[in-house]
Amino acid sequence: MLPDEMRELRTMTDRLRGVFDRSGYGEVYTPALEYEGTFARAGMSSTQPAYRMFDEQGNVLVLRSDMTVPIARLVANRYAASGPPLRFCYLAHVYRGVRPQRGQSREFLQAGVELIGAGAPDGTAEVLTVLCAALDAAGLKTYRVGVGDASLYPALLDAHAVDRERRERILDELVSRDFVGLERRIQGLGLDAETTELLLRVPRTRGGPEVLEGLSGSLEEAVSGMREVHALLAPSAAERIIFDLGLVRSLGYYTGAVFQVYDPAHGVPIGSGGRYDELLGRFGLPLPAVGFALNVERLHIALAGEERGAGAGDA
Amino acid sequence: MPELRIAVPRGALFGDTLDLLDRLGLDTAEVRVNDRKLLFEQAGIVTMRPSDVPTYVEAGAADLGVTGKDVLMEQSEREVYELVDLGYGRCRMVLATVAGEDRAAEAVRRLGVVRIATKYPKIAARHFLQTGRQAEIVEVKGSVELAPLTGLVEGIVDLTATGSTLRENGLVVREEIAECTARLIANPVAHKLKARALDAVLERLDAA
Repeated sequence: MLPDEMRELRTMTDRLRGVFDRSGYGEVYTPALEYEGTFARAGMSSTQPAYRMFDEQGNVLVLRSDMTVPIARLVANRYAASGPPLRFCYLAHVYRGVRPQRGQSREFLQAGVELIGAGAPDGTAEVLTVLCAALDAAGLKTYRVGVGDASLYPALLDAHAVDRERRERILDELVSRDFVGLERRIQGLGLDAETTELLLRVPRTRGGPEVLEGLSGSLEEAVSGMREVHALLAPSAAERIIFDLGLVRSLGYYTGAVFQVYDPAHGVPIGSGGRYDELLGRFGLPLPAVGFALNVERLHIALAGEERGAGAGDA
Repeated sequence: MPELRIAVPRGALFGDTLDLLDRLGLDTAEVRVNDRKLLFEQAGIVTMRPSDVPTYVEAGAADLGVTGKDVLMEQSEREVYELVDLGYGRCRMVLATVAGEDRAAEAVRRLGVVRIATKYPKIAARHFLQTGRQAEIVEVKGSVELAPLTGLVEGIVDLTATGSTLRENGLVVREEIAECTARLIANPVAHKLKARALDAVLERLDAA
């Protein structure tokens, strides 16, 4: 990273840090190296650490693949006696495996917050507010935040008595964004026409608050949760929200609301987050929690794209 | 300029894809008469090799794209939405060997490993892994049929529509790996930010 890029990144991270700080989120730092057991305990299904090494006693160490798990460990160890809610932010590098020849970095910078001990909908709305304030401060203009619920589609399948094995297969298709495969598996369930139509329609439903209308039954709980969060947001943040009933994050620890940040100037999401109400419990401190992480390098690309006047399709 | 840009594959799927776009109300006349030009800004169409379509769509350089399931299977790591099975361009991904005694089966039985030539190294490797056989995958860029005829390999994994190229070269299908048709794919960000335009395309597609 050379001076030009460094200077621009520094401007951006200073602004992000300023927003986190003014919102009452104290900055923390944890070592890049964690015991493998810490990540294993979090029970993550997707962002497994990619790099492992041994220390002089033969313990397995990993380079952290996200900051949420180390912060959960830190909070359980050091803040067990403190009264919630707890607010932390970080600007830290994380390490993930890359696909060859794709110009991906094994090390990349994340900027994010964790709000621990605040449940839905208030905690979720607070974190979304901080997220929008951070993106505004960074200077991003045309971003949108997709909001879904990780439990919505699994609960819908459960409500129609889809067995565990088929449910996992269907969710796999959704995570891999294969609607053709999803349709085949749902048709294969042999449910009545109305249910089949519902199971096919829900994952494709995304847009403004109007898409939440007319959904009921087993969807009502998740949908009313999304409405409550939306109602708590200031208009400037509320207008950024896209409801997305098909949004599923592949990370195993998300339990409720999930977010993804999009900008038309970049073809890939620039950040994500969500509720992880059960993660802290795995470290012995059962508290609800919610957070987000922005990929700072992607945010930088999106900002540069907006400057050039690029939208997706003419990037 | 149209709100959506679509990546159209030149080659076997080209004609059917343009016919489909006509039915969706796009003007493809200029694309049909112009062999060399690649970017048709007014129609919202870019043309390219089928195997490049996922690359453009994943990066957001095109919002939508049409390509074969074979391409998507080979590039399974691409983060794109697979929206619709368009039904045309139907062909099969097969394992074929020289007619007569199955030399691939013989290699597995006697040598423990079989050599396979293909333009689809990932699909071939996955197929042999899943069926518990050890295979040396030989990637070739040109006519795959030549490889078993010259003794380079015992079998090939390739795409076949009618099977006539295989037959002409004295090859027979031993196993079917997958059936492949044309698919409509979308960029994940465009899928959210251009939802209305994109869903309008899907609706017209249903009606067409």
